[in-house]
Amino acid sequence: MSEHVKLPEGSLEKQTTTLNLGPTHPATHGVFQNIIELDGERIVGATQTVGYIHRAFEKIAEHRPLYQITPLTDRMNYCSSPINNMGWHITCERLLGVKTPKRVDYLRIIIMELARISDHLICNSIVGVDSGAYTGFLYVMQYRELIYEIYEEICGSRLTTNIGRIGGFERNFTNTAFEKLEKFIKEWPIVLEEFDNLFKRNRIFMDRTIGVGPISAERALNYGFTGPNLRAAGVDYDVRVHTPYSSYEDFDFTIPVGSTGDCYDRFLVRDQEMWQSLYLIKEAYKKVQDFKGADAEIFHADLPDYYLPDKKDVYTKMEALIYHFKIVMGEIDIPAGEIYSPVEGANGELGFYLVSDGGRTPYRLHFRRPCFIYYQAYSELTKGGMLSDAIITMSSLNLIAGELDA
Amino acid sequence: MALSSEIIKQKLLDKFGEEITGWEEPYGMITFSSNKDLNLKVLQFLYDDPELQFRFLTDLCAVHYPEKKGEEIAVVYHLHNLVDNIRIRFKINTDINQPDVFSATALYAAANWMERETFDFYGVNFIGHPNLKRILNVDDMEYFPMRKEFPLEDQTRLDKDDEMFGRN
Repeated sequence: MSEHVKLPEGSLEKQTTTLNLGPTHPATHGVFQNIIELDGERIVGATQTVGYIHRAFEKIAEHRPLYQITPLTDRMNYCSSPINNMGWHITCERLLGVKTPKRVDYLRIIIMELARISDHLICNSIVGVDSGAYTGFLYVMQYRELIYEIYEEICGSRLTTNIGRIGGFERNFTNTAFEKLEKFIKEWPIVLEEFDNLFKRNRIFMDRTIGVGPISAERALNYGFTGPNLRAAGVDYDVRVHTPYSSYEDFDFTIPVGSTGDCYDRFLVRDQEMWQSLYLIKEAYKKVQDFKGADAEIFHADLPDYYLPDKKDVYTKMEALIYHFKIVMGEIDIPAGEIYSPVEGANGELGFYLVSDGGRTPYRLHFRRPCFIYYQAYSELTKGGMLSDAIITMSSLNLIAGELDA
Repeated sequence: MALSSEIIKQKLLDKFGEEITGWEEPYGMITFSSNKDLNLKVLQFLYDDPELQFRFLTDLCAVHYPEKKGEEIAVVYHLHNLVDNIRIRFKINTDINQPDVFSATALYAAANWMERETFDFYGVNFIGHPNLKRILNVDDMEYFPMRKEFPLEDQTRLDKDDEMFGRN
């Protein structure tokens, strides 16, 4: 880094300060390290180190049947694990050539958009925390709590959800889940409005974020940016629209874009995406309510080879018992094939590259983790900025350590 | 005129002829491979051609096929044309004993860490990479863990005394 600094003639020591930010620093919000080279308070270089929580998911996945890989995907972007889970289920369904019922698709959209809101919520409120505004973070947390309660009502867990199954959901949504969802739809816009008012035109917040950590559209594309960070730079690329999955094509929604790609634009894009997600949830919920009678009981596709039968049937029916045994013991051969299946994760394009040779486990599974790819740009984003800008850039990129390392 | 798989195939055949092989379209994604020495030329052509415009590197990873002698490691590029919204998959195969492949970092800044990851797990030596070292594993690791010959740790092993982590 010192080559960027002109040393006075005859200097023996370098004139810059090396600052170790991480791996366990409260401001990194995760386990990764930045070695920042400072000239006074100005950044002249940053070197990122990742891999502190590498868990070899890709290797483990080569030894597991499909349904056991879902819990691995939870632990990538753990702020929005349902999207990862659904992304994995959708990959498997595409490989198997299964068409899920519309009701399942809409229920999935509700869950995925709730997850997107909870992820953006964390990111935006943390940007607030890192610029000195703690109130917003604490205030909106109760709505993340409500989202987690909805997950809990559906799948039993909150953070690492393992929600859904290949082909649909493990059980139908309960009335309590829908009541909580209605509560969320009713109360959340009021809170989000207040959250907007707290930040959007807040002079201090604007001064801290406008022009900080900017990236041009061209550089962002070259760096493989996706998701809100790319859209903040002005490129309207969204997997939900470009490669629709889970019936996103049935909805007419807007993709918010920014222009400068700085922290403020990233904040605004995420903020507007939360409004769009809310809209999608409302629309999807309306469509779910339109299913009446027997149609309203559909929560999974007919996929006996991969979808666990009802426990009652396992005890009473021979066929169900056989399938149950085969699935649990991982004795189902996956069709041979090669597929790349992307979904729009909260941070960008979350891709699953699955190669199957016809065995019981994937031959190779690669996760395209958006965080890992755009974190490369961090040193370019922060160079020339102040130390405090480095912190806020990091949080506005929404770096999730689990997604960096896989 | 929207870009179709026929046009992509025709353009590549016009430019590289028989050098491009293995045409497939699994699950609707055009897939082809070439000689590993041609990888940069093909990527550059796909990037520069005004109609093709495959300028977004979605993903780069490797796959290990121990039984394919002489071309054990496949390096797989997923490219995306964001204008016409078409994805393609481009593969090259390399010998595991001499896994030298040209680096795509000059074309895509995104390739930097993806290639480091591929090096880390498969030992693919990307020629021309500015900083080819391990990224997720420890620097002094002596093997490439995603190659098929390295098994997962035996969960029942008894020789590991690791009281600190509750396993002994």
